[in-house]
Amino acid sequence: MTATAPPRRAPEAGPGSGKSAAGRRLGPRLVERLRQGGLPYLLLLPAILAELLIHIVPMVFGIVISFRDLTLFYIRHWQTAPWAAFDNYKAAVEIHQPIGQALLHSFWVSLSYTLLSVSFSWLIGIAAAILLQDTFRGRGILRALFLVPYALPTYAALITWTFMFQQDTGLVNHVLHDQLHITSSKSFWLLGNNSFWAMLIVSVWKSWPFAFLALMAGLQNIPRELYEAAAMDGAGVWQQIRKITMPSLRPVNQVIVLVLFLWTFNDFNTPYVMFGQSPPKQADLISIHIFQSSFVNWNFGSGSAMSVLLLLFLLVVTALYLLVTSRGRSESDV
Amino acid sequence: MSRFSDQPSPMARPKSFLWTRRIVLTLITAFVAIPVYVMLSSSLKSLQDVQGSFRWIPHSLTVRPYIDIWKTIPLAHYFVNSVIVSVSATVFSVAVAIFAAYAVSRYRFMGRKVFTVTVLSTQMFPGILFLLPLYLIFVNIGNDTGVTLNGSRLGLIITYLTFSLPFSIWMLAGYFDSIPRDLDEAAKVDGCSALGALFRVVVPAAVPGIVAVAVYAFMTAWGEVLFASVMTNESTRTLAVGLREYATENDVYWNQVMAASLVVSVPVVAGFLLLQRYLVAGLTAGAVK
Repeated sequence: MTATAPPRRAPEAGPGSGKSAAGRRLGPRLVERLRQGGLPYLLLLPAILAELLIHIVPMVFGIVISFRDLTLFYIRHWQTAPWAAFDNYKAAVEIHQPIGQALLHSFWVSLSYTLLSVSFSWLIGIAAAILLQDTFRGRGILRALFLVPYALPTYAALITWTFMFQQDTGLVNHVLHDQLHITSSKSFWLLGNNSFWAMLIVSVWKSWPFAFLALMAGLQNIPRELYEAAAMDGAGVWQQIRKITMPSLRPVNQVIVLVLFLWTFNDFNTPYVMFGQSPPKQADLISIHIFQSSFVNWNFGSGSAMSVLLLLFLLVVTALYLLVTSRGRSESDV
Repeated sequence: MSRFSDQPSPMARPKSFLWTRRIVLTLITAFVAIPVYVMLSSSLKSLQDVQGSFRWIPHSLTVRPYIDIWKTIPLAHYFVNSVIVSVSATVFSVAVAIFAAYAVSRYRFMGRKVFTVTVLSTQMFPGILFLLPLYLIFVNIGNDTGVTLNGSRLGLIITYLTFSLPFSIWMLAGYFDSIPRDLDEAAKVDGCSALGALFRVVVPAAVPGIVAVAVYAFMTAWGEVLFASVMTNESTRTLAVGLREYATENDVYWNQVMAASLVVSVPVVAGFLLLQRYLVAGLTAGAVK
């Protein structure tokens, strides 16, 4: 907290005192030195301290413990946990051994979950954004409604979906079995193969509004003149969408796909709230798999090694993605 | 905030387009609205009604679940915990982020790129990555100094900064970028210090953005599950973890669960929809650039 004290002084300089009151209070020499370039660092100081505390130190520490055999037994004195060298990593990647096999399985579940969820979320998002571009009655209401899944607290939405997927009392089986007679019996949705699809539907429901939001913003940045000119040349609405809208949205799409990929691949909430600490095999996403290794089986060394592998994977994916998508586009600086 | 101002259609739409629009928007509306309807209608049903096969129309309406939720589990207590933790994490993140975002937006200095890349990338890392080491660090701090962070609200607030701080910095920097530099340059020419310019010119101009970031940070903290499930005990439990207690072994009081879900949702959904325009502008300033 003390870190934020010095910059705070400025606004208290008093409303009427005007000209560089803050400067006078800090002393001319200090102000001069700050003007010469220290100020940005001073402004960043609280953020840098916080970043160190919450991100940098834990990450370094996480890497350190991934090389140790850190189980519940050593949790109070992590330094005494035996050195494991690369054993945790070896176990994680040995795909013929139980640990490695389970991790690989969880990786494939996460990957297919993510690719499907991102595709559907993007599709619904782009459809809604384009179709809500024109003015018509009810447009404002729909726009607000479509944002509700995004605004609802995650667990409240997830609990509701869990209720809908209940075997006896849920809406899904009521509709499929009692009303439409599509299924011959009331299926279990939160067990076995169905659990993957149940989880996927919920995931799309939660994440498509983000794509919708970002694409709506992207659509606003397309100049009207482009459409008008195209219309003059006789291009129909479908042609306009294909030739003007889609190409113009490319940069927005790239951001959406990357962000949704990372969010969904790291998703913990969906399986955890829907299935609890030990989800069915088909819904064992990577985050909950690591959570389980660490906090259910109490093997922190192993969990940390898996975390580091996950991080490396995400970094490689992000780097590759940025490399591929920035090709042919002028280098934009952060 | 005229980003989403209504614009007239550039030309008459063909029938195929209008029909596609009707059908697709109806389907999406159903997809979005059904869970919301289930939450609302089930929260007004009696226990027998939710324990049988699902019914679209409730047998009879009752507000009983809304009264009972406060007695079945210590919901009010969890509510208070959630408010304390979410508000603290939000206030701290936004306060720290205002200075950092100003520095990033207005100054070119050595290490700027390192800082922004660090902030941006930590935002993308999974929470589980920070949860394990932070948990162990907290355990060891407690062991060495007697300061209990595990299970305390302070500990949870610290872990919430792992996600709320990076996006606050990132979104605010985007927002500050959209405020003309001439404004604070002019203030400085008039004799304002850099901090004076920040607080007299940039911050007032960025109020919508700051509100958007704060609401967003609050929403994210309010809905957080992972850290809350590991870092809390009976007395510090948040709503995210506490709501699971309705699920007893044999009978789940689904009407109460739905009532409680609705109660915890209303404040954030209302806030979100009220501030929708600012939020969208703020979100997209940071995200879509």
